Amino acid sequence: MNDALDVTLRLLIVFVVFLALPLIVGQTEHKVMAHMQGRLGPMYAGGFHGWAQLVADGVKFAQKEDVVPTGADRRIFQLAPAVALLPYLLVLLAIPIAPGEGAVGQAIDAGVFFVLAVMGVGVLGSLMAGWASANKFSLLGGLRTAAQLLAYELPMLLAAASVAMAAGTVSLPGILDAFEWWWLPWQIVGAIVFFVAGLAELQRPPFDMPVADSEIIFGAYTEYTGLRFALFLLAEYAGIVVLCGLTTVLFLGGWHGPWGADGLGWVWTLLKTAVLAFVVIWLRVTYPRLREDQLQKLSWTLLVPLSLAQIALTGIVKVVIQ
Amino acid sequence: MTLAATAGQLASGATTTAAGAHGFLSPTGVEIAFLLVGLVTFGAALVTVTTRQLVHAALWLVVTLGGLAVEYLLLTAEFIAWVQVLIYVGSVVVLLLFGLMLTRAPIGRSPDADSGNRWAALAVAVAAAAALVWVVVDAFRTTWIDLDGPAAGSTRVTGQSLFQNWVLPFEALSVLLLAALVGAIVLSRKATADAATAATGVKEATTATDVTEATEVTDSAEGRGGAADQADKGGVR
Repeated sequence: MNDALDVTLRLLIVFVVFLALPLIVGQTEHKVMAHMQGRLGPMYAGGFHGWAQLVADGVKFAQKEDVVPTGADRRIFQLAPAVALLPYLLVLLAIPIAPGEGAVGQAIDAGVFFVLAVMGVGVLGSLMAGWASANKFSLLGGLRTAAQLLAYELPMLLAAASVAMAAGTVSLPGILDAFEWWWLPWQIVGAIVFFVAGLAELQRPPFDMPVADSEIIFGAYTEYTGLRFALFLLAEYAGIVVLCGLTTVLFLGGWHGPWGADGLGWVWTLLKTAVLAFVVIWLRVTYPRLREDQLQKLSWTLLVPLSLAQIALTGIVKVVIQ
Repeated sequence: MTLAATAGQLASGATTTAAGAHGFLSPTGVEIAFLLVGLVTFGAALVTVTTRQLVHAALWLVVTLGGLAVEYLLLTAEFIAWVQVLIYVGSVVVLLLFGLMLTRAPIGRSPDADSGNRWAALAVAVAAAAALVWVVVDAFRTTWIDLDGPAAGSTRVTGQSLFQNWVLPFEALSVLLLAALVGAIVLSRKATADAATAATGVKEATTATDVTEATEVTDSAEGRGGAADQADKGGVR
């Protein structure tokens, strides 16, 4: 019975985090983007600096009519948002925020493989949405999503493999236990490759070709309204949280920090994640969208060779220090 | 698809024998879950090969492959399970869907999604399934996985057995994959050259097919770059 209580509590906490953090990132995006562009952003909802804007948005989305186009493949169209969103919830289970058993939803032996595998499944949601909408813009969006995923999955995996080699384990808490501060310069190339490839997998600007609104309206999500559309948006922001959390855990040392070793590990994890999330928002405001061919070229001619070089470097250093 | 169906049958076959050694009357929760997931996987595999809607077949394949991953998990082979999801669900099916979307995947039934060879295919599938089940049951008749003991399929154990006992087959497989990649590059180069001449040939006709073909040409060019890089990866590994 105690076990059941423990499991329920962990699931509940992860679920609350899964609902809260993406909203916080979304609200921060509203405000940060506004200030970078010389605006104020939302100011009215909730009173203080428009803090409740996304809650109000959620209420609005929930009230909208849920429309399924006549020509669409009904069941797949309706299932797609769930397929896009749920993988991020599962990944969140495996990310440790502080040392010890209590600070991770579920310690998974092959954690790196688990998170990358499950994140890859989320893209199926976009593909299903793109195909089932019976809309040529959606189909084009789906195609671009698939092409982008195929190009960026490999450098992401290779960069993660480099860290696993350095730590000698594929478990996420294990990697953090083995972390030393000098891993930061050692793995910096891998970190950048991982982060950039992750951004591309999330279809965030500057890699938002699949949802390029000036060309294909909103890509695979063109036909979606109401709550289902909101779920896709939530998936995007949950993806940001997961990507920043993973980069923190794999490359930035997670709970390790210069001060406050005991008890404050979770603060470091959250702080690093927040800084990375800020970078994600910053990139959206500052960089123009990459064209489809530039996108493919960046992955195959830059990121993949860089990640292979990082693996070679990791291997050499690992052999030398042993 | 045959493979998936076979594996589903295979899985349920193995369970029956294992349960036989320990008695049918007291199956544990894991055994029941294993059997149920096996049934679901088998059913999904059947739907995959029988549905008339192409994209639905690909999505049912996702269910089948996911079901197999769950079976691996229940057999404590955690590493294999995640790799199964990563490679088959995350990459192979995405590639499959990409191909379907690029060509022709109408919503609703595809009239040409059926084959006159289905009875022959069924016979081959049943024969392959029977052979595999027989071999596996015969080989592992007395093997029993102790679920309470140390995990037998953790990453450490899998890695050690792979790189200590099975290095030679592993490397032979790598070379085989490398050969397949080189072959794919050769084929795609030839196809690209042919398609390029074809595309310039129909350039005058301003039809939708023109655009499609042009897309395919660029696309296979990208695919070629990808294959070359993957060949690099295989070489490094």
